[in-house]
Amino acid sequence: MFRIDPKRLDLAAEFRRNPVGIHSPELQAVLTVMRTLPLEQRYVLIRRKPHGEWVLGQLTGVRNEPPRIWHDKVFHSAEAAEWHVFKLRWQHATGEELREADLP
Amino acid sequence: MTRRLVAYSDRFSAHPGERVEFKVNAMSGGEYRCDMVRLRCGDRHPQGPGFQETIVASPVNRSYQGRRQEIHAGSCAIVPDDPRLAAIESFTLAAYVWPTTPTRGRQGLLGKWCEIKRHGFALAIDEGEAVLILGDRADRVDVIRSGTKLHERQWYWIAATFDRETDIARLIQRPLDPMLGGTVEVARLVATGPVDGDNGVPLAMGAFLCAEDDRPKPVARYNGKIERPRLASAALDDAGIAALAGPIPPEALRDVLRGCWDFSQLIETDRIRDLSDARLDGILLNLPARAMKGHNWDGTQFDWKTAPEQYGAIHFHEDDLYDAGWETDFTLEVPAAMPSGVYCARLTQGDEIERVPLIVRPPKGTATSDLLFLVPTNSYMAYANEVSTWPSGAAEHGFGHLCGYGPEDIFLWTHPEYGLSFYDTHYDGSGVCYSSRLRPILNMRPGHTTAWVGAGGTVPWQFNADTHILDWLEARGIEYDVATDEDLHYEGRDLLDRYRAVVTGSHPEYWSMPMHDALSSWLDAGGRLAYLGANGFYWKVAFHKHLPGVIELRRTEDGVRDWESEPGEYFMSFTGENGGLWRRNGRPPQSLCGVGFVAQGFDVSSYYLFQQDAQDPRAAFIMQGIDSNDRLGDFGTVGGGAAGLELDWVDAHLGTPWHTLRLASSVEHSNYIMLVPEEIGSAAPNMSGRENPKVRADVTFFETPGGGAVFSTGSIAWAGSLAHNGYDNNVSRMTENVLRRFVDPTKFEMPQG
Repeated sequence: MFRIDPKRLDLAAEFRRNPVGIHSPELQAVLTVMRTLPLEQRYVLIRRKPHGEWVLGQLTGVRNEPPRIWHDKVFHSAEAAEWHVFKLRWQHATGEELREADLP
Repeated sequence: MTRRLVAYSDRFSAHPGERVEFKVNAMSGGEYRCDMVRLRCGDRHPQGPGFQETIVASPVNRSYQGRRQEIHAGSCAIVPDDPRLAAIESFTLAAYVWPTTPTRGRQGLLGKWCEIKRHGFALAIDEGEAVLILGDRADRVDVIRSGTKLHERQWYWIAATFDRETDIARLIQRPLDPMLGGTVEVARLVATGPVDGDNGVPLAMGAFLCAEDDRPKPVARYNGKIERPRLASAALDDAGIAALAGPIPPEALRDVLRGCWDFSQLIETDRIRDLSDARLDGILLNLPARAMKGHNWDGTQFDWKTAPEQYGAIHFHEDDLYDAGWETDFTLEVPAAMPSGVYCARLTQGDEIERVPLIVRPPKGTATSDLLFLVPTNSYMAYANEVSTWPSGAAEHGFGHLCGYGPEDIFLWTHPEYGLSFYDTHYDGSGVCYSSRLRPILNMRPGHTTAWVGAGGTVPWQFNADTHILDWLEARGIEYDVATDEDLHYEGRDLLDRYRAVVTGSHPEYWSMPMHDALSSWLDAGGRLAYLGANGFYWKVAFHKHLPGVIELRRTEDGVRDWESEPGEYFMSFTGENGGLWRRNGRPPQSLCGVGFVAQGFDVSSYYLFQQDAQDPRAAFIMQGIDSNDRLGDFGTVGGGAAGLELDWVDAHLGTPWHTLRLASSVEHSNYIMLVPEEIGSAAPNMSGRENPKVRADVTFFETPGGGAVFSTGSIAWAGSLAHNGYDNNVSRMTENVLRRFVDPTKFEMPQG
């Protein structure tokens, strides 16, 4: 199966620029792998203010159970939240931390 | 992060003079205030026109004392208490069962059992095996266990007897498939005295019953099918028990038979028939699924009407719900002077606001405009309280972004008693095939955005998305009346004949046969349809013939399906009609309105380019004031463009009329806008808008023989572009050009073929 190459920081930079929308085939492959996860590892957003504030959540995988919520992980745009979760998943998949300073 | 004030009304629409009852659950008690508001726009997108509602004077505008109201979900069959049941001492209980969650605690199958007093007798499932439960007047309870696990989704014949003379109980658990082993039988002396059949509760199937707030409350709710439940007032021997398994009452047992229920009769109703001389017919609570295959379905019959004997099962679910059954908190009599439009009862308690929509129609039998906005309430019901993304590990593959849940989403996921949508599966994994409006529908609210639509779950869908159209009609000064899908279903052509033109919502997906017949014959007779959405006229649904406010869907062998009907269960129980896609019922959307569903995705939208047909003189009225060199709809609050979310295209093979003008087609769709299953014979890598030119929306126009016409936009996102630049844009202009001409009585001329 396709493995995410931690050296392909160009793909991370592409996502950083445009988290939601048209992506290159290579970034799409990365996202497809990242988004193939067990239910209990699925990150979600919790809307605190319409169009203005989200916090990070994660499903438990148990029917009718509320999500885990990190009230201190606050985002003021959906794009910022997508980037945060991308970094978490990058590290999970590659074992390497994705640092913004390293992006091309 | 949850909800404390929720409500519903007994109807979606009303004429002036009619009464609408509102039912409120104020979970914290205390006072709340009601104000009737006229709704214009429910979208809070920062670049949109903003949330707009206006308070209208009404006698119901005041404060009310709140109270807590509960929902008792879970389906079961109820046979009212009867002296012949109360007098039972010795007995035989038996039924075929097909359990779907046998390990999920205690589940009542068949019996007269009071869970509060723990008196009576019942067959049940407990800890994964069949049990017989006995309770006497001295509060002694004995449970006889089969000792052998039931396998899920397998048929069993389960029977139990109790002999008052010997105090011996027997329990038989017989799998029909020999792969599951042989018959298990347990017999022993019981540790109770005479069982208490005179316990004041009805006989129940699929649950035990408690009475709470004067309404029956199913507990020990069973998931699975029951077929041929039987009750005799004697402990039968093996031959007698075997005779009960047949389809009709055994002649030799007439004197002792107290119930021989045949679920293959009265399938279209909420009643069950007893074939025994006792005639103890019953009623179904919360609409368990009917027209379900029985143990004897042989794979040669697919329509329950022609082989009802093979459809003798009912599938009960712990999370079935028909009518929340709440008390009325206040009643609105729609004033004579209330103009037709979309209103809400706005309930406020501190920071908590609940809005219950109400479609106010013109005075009965009249029209107050030439244009009817047909509010797609079937589709709102189909999506009612949808929680489909919560149990889906693959959700982001369909959306291209994280889900963004709001307070109502968390409330619904943690309150399964509020009922499910056509997009959900029951706890046992079977599909939800009935959906009712007699409950709070928390995703049918102005202001609601949908978790999986748009980045961060910020985009409105269905009801709230359709307020973009209301807002635009108001802004452009275009007069309109409103009516619902349900109104069209019951009134048919009489309703449409009062109007010159109909404008749809953004996603009018679910149509009954009478609705479809009325619309198509009205178009042939000169009616005009402006279809401002996509994925419309897609699924065939049925209304119940007697019960108000509930529709049925079978997700059969094609289409975008969150679940699939079981083989042999494609025919709807409410009407006997074949269910599924209209395309698979010989009426593709293209044959009605020129375009039909081709692709979907929920990240970003795109724009259209005008096509050669835009220059055709027949389209001149549509293109007036529009530069065909411009991009069409390269703007909007729904994903940034007018072409997005779900897309329809033309297809002559599916019936797009020969003279249809394709005015514009969309381009540049994202990786996550992908072809729908019915467009794919087998899987291929060119699924998305990046690789496949079929992934597009088409804007079309054609005339009908009776002087009518149809205009279609091919995109759900269209409505989100109407308000751009103060309503001065080419999407708004084109829509207005069409509607103003459509209400003009001058007949359209069809071109010569």
